[in-house]
Amino acid sequence: MIQTKGLVKTFIDGDKQTTVLKGIDFRAESGEFIAIMGRSGAGKSTFMYQMSLLDEPTAGEIILNDVNTKGMTQDEKGQFRLNELGYVFQDYALLPDLTALENVALPLLMQKLSKAKAYEMATASLERIGLGKKINSLPSQLSGGEQQRVSISRAVAHKPKILFADEPTANLDHESSNKVMEIFKELHKAGQTIIMVTHEEEYGRMAERIVRLDDGRIVQK
Amino acid sequence: MDHIKIGFFLANRQVRRASKWTTGLIIFVMVLTFLNLTVVSGVLVGLIESSIKAERQYYTSDVLLSTPDKKEYIENTSNIIEMIKSLPEMEMYSPRYSEAGTIEANFKENTKVTDKEVSGVVFTGIDPDTENKLTGISKFVVEGSYLNADDFDQVMIGSLFVKKYSPVEAAGFTALNVKAGDKIRITVNGITREMTVKGIVKSKVNEVSTRVYLPEKQLRELIGRDDYNVDDIAIKLKDGADPIVVKEALIKAGANKYAKIQTYEDAQPKFLKDIKDTFALLGNMISSIGLVVASITIFIVIFINAITRRKFIGIMKGIGIHGNVIEISYVFQSMFYAICGSFIGLLILYGFLVPFIDAHPIDFPFSDGILVATVSGTSIRIGLLIFATLIAGYIPARMIVRKNTLDAILGR
Repeated sequence: MIQTKGLVKTFIDGDKQTTVLKGIDFRAESGEFIAIMGRSGAGKSTFMYQMSLLDEPTAGEIILNDVNTKGMTQDEKGQFRLNELGYVFQDYALLPDLTALENVALPLLMQKLSKAKAYEMATASLERIGLGKKINSLPSQLSGGEQQRVSISRAVAHKPKILFADEPTANLDHESSNKVMEIFKELHKAGQTIIMVTHEEEYGRMAERIVRLDDGRIVQK
Repeated sequence: MDHIKIGFFLANRQVRRASKWTTGLIIFVMVLTFLNLTVVSGVLVGLIESSIKAERQYYTSDVLLSTPDKKEYIENTSNIIEMIKSLPEMEMYSPRYSEAGTIEANFKENTKVTDKEVSGVVFTGIDPDTENKLTGISKFVVEGSYLNADDFDQVMIGSLFVKKYSPVEAAGFTALNVKAGDKIRITVNGITREMTVKGIVKSKVNEVSTRVYLPEKQLRELIGRDDYNVDDIAIKLKDGADPIVVKEALIKAGANKYAKIQTYEDAQPKFLKDIKDTFALLGNMISSIGLVVASITIFIVIFINAITRRKFIGIMKGIGIHGNVIEISYVFQSMFYAICGSFIGLLILYGFLVPFIDAHPIDFPFSDGILVATVSGTSIRIGLLIFATLIAGYIPARMIVRKNTLDAILGR
């Protein structure tokens, strides 16, 4: 379960203050697949960064799986992200020095799994998304679509409670985007909670629910 | 422990997949730094060390017995020589007679008192064969030839007294226009004789070049030393024998009642000891600068590396990789550079530089400079280099890791 109460985010640049999120109250139940949509500058990515604990809100509360994250230290947030959350970034965000397998295995190693177990789980995760033959490829040897699939594999290999995806299809061609969305739909079918930011109506409609933002406020739940 | 393992894993992958040219360049800088740390101070210390070594080889030998203060010679010499002969560590010894006097060159041409070429000297009476076996002095003969035991009225002059080799004029000191084969007039113990310069001996060991040698039999006659009491005895020990043990054995046997007993270290001139300390200090100062330069180099390398990878550092933090793990990975990378640099540096140092400079010493006016690189000293320098590198790698990594995670990911 995800809940935000009165979420405010203000950016300060010298004397200039810009409030991007203006008191957002939001709730998503476990197993939901939600698309956060809105025009450019509506605050959808900022909203997701707050919910996913990558950023610190100016005011308000975020409750993830019944845990109020207010007052958590950076280390506690890091540990929470490692164990409970998964991330898919717009530009894949794979580590260039690690192979596909190593990229996926890294968070598992961090979770204190043995190397053998982590590699076994990572291999299984990559095979599920059809990249079983490319586990030893470096990101630079993969296409954009393949890199994004590795990124999804990394995000879900440790079975997170919530998967956050920030414009996961923005850099992909139509075919690769469809493949990515198919993976999301399968994950959702398996009970994965997914929060996806997108500006593409076609993919937004594939979600179970659309939350629309405009000018820092939710205008459609 | 897990953080260290994962940090090592990340560092390993980053180094393995980094540009080989960049890695090579960083390691090259570390090699130069290592050599700077070891060679500069090693050469400075080597200058003096070789001087000390030469002093030991060509004058004092391993243990030196000399005339005690307020005495004219080593009394009871024959008994002391018996003691020396009974030492199991003794390989050979050379007794020497010494007496102050003067030598005069071109005495037939320079008749006026003001034109006289006279120099105050120390005459040293030696058994030429024994002395040569002990010190190898004959190899320093640059003109004429070495002495024989049965030479009569023939001397070998230290190059310091010969103008050709010592063209420096100083108050109270006169270098003579003399060459091998010339006649000189010597005065010792009130006796004046004409003698022939059989040879000129030139060495960087001051004690060798500042004496006038003649066979001990004739000097003993000139100074009337009928009791065979000598002025110093140089003792060469067998390989591996400890001069301190021999010194203590001689003291225990009572030789110190008649002679000043010194190991070669005790007998070093004080100025050599002082210069050695000063050069070691200078070497350490220069090495410290090298260490700072190496630290700054690694700092810049790691800082640039971390800055350009800021986004990936942000991503790692974003997916829950602890900041410590990332810092440790950079520390391991720094360590890799330092260890590789030190290892290659060690190969160059002990595989090439030390043997090369040993075989081709650096020609300095007062010594043949060698490169001193002791294992303990080198180990300390490697430790220092690795430690400085670790710190220099850790600080920039920490600076970047502490940045806001989202700002790093988004490149803000």
